[in-house]
Amino acid sequence: MAEQIIFVILAVLTIGSALAVVTNRNLFRSALALMVTFLGVAGFYVLLEAGFLAASQLLVYIGAISILIIFAIMMTRRMMQTSEASFNAQWGLGLFAAMVVLVILGFVIGNYWPLAPADMFLQTRTPVSDAVIENSVVELGKAIVSPNAFVLPFELASILLLAALIGSIVVAWPPQEENEA
Amino acid sequence: MIPLSWYLLVAAALFSIGLYGVFARRNAVAILMSVELILNAVNINLVAFWRYRTPEIPSGMVWAIFVLVVAAAEAAVGLALVISIYRNRDSVIAEELDLLKN
Repeated sequence: MAEQIIFVILAVLTIGSALAVVTNRNLFRSALALMVTFLGVAGFYVLLEAGFLAASQLLVYIGAISILIIFAIMMTRRMMQTSEASFNAQWGLGLFAAMVVLVILGFVIGNYWPLAPADMFLQTRTPVSDAVIENSVVELGKAIVSPNAFVLPFELASILLLAALIGSIVVAWPPQEENEA
Repeated sequence: MIPLSWYLLVAAALFSIGLYGVFARRNAVAILMSVELILNAVNINLVAFWRYRTPEIPSGMVWAIFVLVVAAAEAAVGLALVISIYRNRDSVIAEELDLLKN
């Protein structure tokens, strides 16, 4: 019972702050609401007994990506304070499309449109022993560096991060003055 | 106990909210924030399916971590592009960025 109450609180927090992200006219407040959304998602990871991912979520999303977004907003601040509209002309159509996607996903998940085995979405969590959960991080680490599993995607991810790092430095470098060259 | 469908419904709602943000917002930074919402929704699905279906095999968590890595790379490059465009065009409104149009 306590688990359901925590879930509902987390769901309200996450979805409410996500709505604030997309509807708030002030971009800085949107970024702060985005941090609350990331915190709610980390809470879901804790409920799902994925502690390592919850810690990664806190470090990477709240610690790094949110700060990056806030820096970008501050560097382009003059645009954010204008009183012009924050939604484009097709926002009604966009709302309709998003609602259609939500209704279709709801039909699939509620099994009104049976694409999966009937009991799949209603199944409750099979209780596993504490050892399996505690071992899951060990298994994760082994899987990432094992040649039989994910070592190649892991190395590719590091190359991707390096390329993104160098690329973003080059793209954001201040333009050279003509007389300096 | 919580059925799997609760997590999937929350993730679907988060995904739709992010989709609406991508469609409707004019500011490029707001569009990037909405993309982050979509990636988080996908990650909730991955971790929920991992825990409910195959808690012994860590593939679901590995995939979620790769999504995290790609999201970090996407945010870094996207925000560098936003800053560079702001410097050149004095605007981060997506509709006014029509360099490739003519």
